[in-house]
Amino acid sequence: MRSRTKVGDGLFNVFNNTLLLLLGIATLYPFLNLLAVSLNQSLDTMRGGIYLWPREFTLDNYRLIFSNDRLFDSAALSVLRTLIGTGLSVICTIMVAYALSRREYMLRKSLNAIIVVSMYVNGGIIPIYLMIKNLGLTNTFAVYIIPGLIGAFNVMIMRSYFDQLPDGLVESAKLDGANEWQTLFRVVMPISLPVIATITLFISVGHWNSWTDNFLYNSKESLTLLQYQLMQILMQTTEQVSGGIGSGTDDAILNFTTPQSIRATMSMVVTLPILFVYPFLQKYFIKGMTLGAMKE
Amino acid sequence: MNRRRKSIRTITNEEGIHIEQTAKAIKTDAGLKNNLRKKKWKTFAQQYQLILMSVPFVGILALFSYLPLWGWIMAFQKYSIGRGIFGSEFVGFDQFVKLFNDDWFYTVLRNTLAMSLMHLITSFAGAIGLALLLNEVRSRLFKRTIQTITYIPHFVSWVVIASIVTLVLSPDFGPLNELLIWLGIVDEPVFFLSKEKWFWVIHTMAGFWKELGWSTIIYLAVLAGVDPALYEAADVDGAGRFRKMIHISLPGLMPTASILLILNTGYLIATGYESQMLLGNNLVMEYSQVLDLYALNYSMQIGDYSYGVAISMFKSVVSIVLVLLVNSWAKRVGQSTVL
Repeated sequence: MRSRTKVGDGLFNVFNNTLLLLLGIATLYPFLNLLAVSLNQSLDTMRGGIYLWPREFTLDNYRLIFSNDRLFDSAALSVLRTLIGTGLSVICTIMVAYALSRREYMLRKSLNAIIVVSMYVNGGIIPIYLMIKNLGLTNTFAVYIIPGLIGAFNVMIMRSYFDQLPDGLVESAKLDGANEWQTLFRVVMPISLPVIATITLFISVGHWNSWTDNFLYNSKESLTLLQYQLMQILMQTTEQVSGGIGSGTDDAILNFTTPQSIRATMSMVVTLPILFVYPFLQKYFIKGMTLGAMKE
Repeated sequence: MNRRRKSIRTITNEEGIHIEQTAKAIKTDAGLKNNLRKKKWKTFAQQYQLILMSVPFVGILALFSYLPLWGWIMAFQKYSIGRGIFGSEFVGFDQFVKLFNDDWFYTVLRNTLAMSLMHLITSFAGAIGLALLLNEVRSRLFKRTIQTITYIPHFVSWVVIASIVTLVLSPDFGPLNELLIWLGIVDEPVFFLSKEKWFWVIHTMAGFWKELGWSTIIYLAVLAGVDPALYEAADVDGAGRFRKMIHISLPGLMPTASILLILNTGYLIATGYESQMLLGNNLVMEYSQVLDLYALNYSMQIGDYSYGVAISMFKSVVSIVLVLLVNSWAKRVGQSTVL
């Protein structure tokens, strides 16, 4: 009896680990393939057969991307957006979450109500578009920062974290004569680094990956983001094969390389920064996520 | 440390009660109103810093969540940009009559709901399944590695995901086609992204792959909290790992799982358009277009904003109704709710 369960457990273990290993490979393979394609000579890629390793190793694809002024400017703009947007968003989120976590705050209840309602009711894509247009935010850099400045979901996560801090903490700071700003910046924030790291990661990834606001609100060349450039290249190539209009590529860059290579290379350029940052923050965001979700 | 904290709290509490009682004693009918106003003013003065901290958020909510609701008026107008909301002619429910007689609207609504539902079901089953399997892994290092890897796609933009999907499904030496040919299932490469019937499947698989690992986080946390005594008791009864997983871990997940499933049905219609826009193309439009894209096309390309707003408004109203229904359902089932 005992030994039979043991054999069964052993089999289960082997099966389980194999399955998870396959899943890991299925998740990782496409990225490795993109990397191999991006490091392979573009005309050679057309012959097929590039899997995990480049056949004719070259950095030309990357060189081309960074020597293209338009792409370089877009990359700089994306970095700028991510830095400014994340900084402002994180500070504003922390502030409102702290205020909401204070039990004696007179506007706590009414603020809570308008947050919850805003999570379910929204005007829809066209009314919001017209609002942004009427505010004069179209074709400005500000449209990347302001409308998404504070997200209700992030406020909720942050507030749940502040809620479970010991009550006496804020009270004793108050007794020592600290005002609200001092309490927040000197007492509460230093012990909330895990959740701040979590929120910072979410917000910065959101900024870095965003292209829909570029697509909807900014048609100016000088305000084009890297993700949007990649999106346009992607749409161009799918339109070409599906025989749609607008397939004439005006992109000079496509004369030197193939759409497949340029797509793979740009995908790598926009993905690598995330891959470098995120594993280091993993232990924080798992904690932050579960805490926020469980409380809700 | 703990005791000190407690004592501070009791002192302030006692003080609070004491002050309140004296305040009550002082209050006479005539002075009551005046006193209350004074008290309110005093808390306001004390809390102005907290109020300042909330100002940006309230401003953002007002501008981008609440004021756009005003735009719903356009759905009852024949809106022209030149005249604006105040000058445009009112046409009553004309836009909605047009909407409900529009065949393409039903196609788009079908696509929206079908893709949401497919995503909901697959991601739900996938998250539970993967969480159960991960929970059984004995090696911590292996578990962490698999977790780290499967979380990656969640952080990668849809643009890159779409780029990967086109690469994998490509008829020119795409890995999937190579595999199918090697296995002898097809004779020549299939151009999957141009096949209407495949679009929902491709879209679902892409979303599944992207969010699978990430969606396990909450379930893993719940599994970590399952009472170890249950597993020990099962050990005594001679249950193997698989049976413990099925009879202890899975039931342990069920309360969380059912509440999450119920709540997520509330969002069925409230999905965006990013993934559909990136994966779709002209050839599969009949299966790829969703409500938001339809509204966008109508407003931006045809210039009929009123109709676009009517579509948006339909979507918002249905999603609110769905959320409310789902919440009262969840309440009846006896689970905690969000509202």
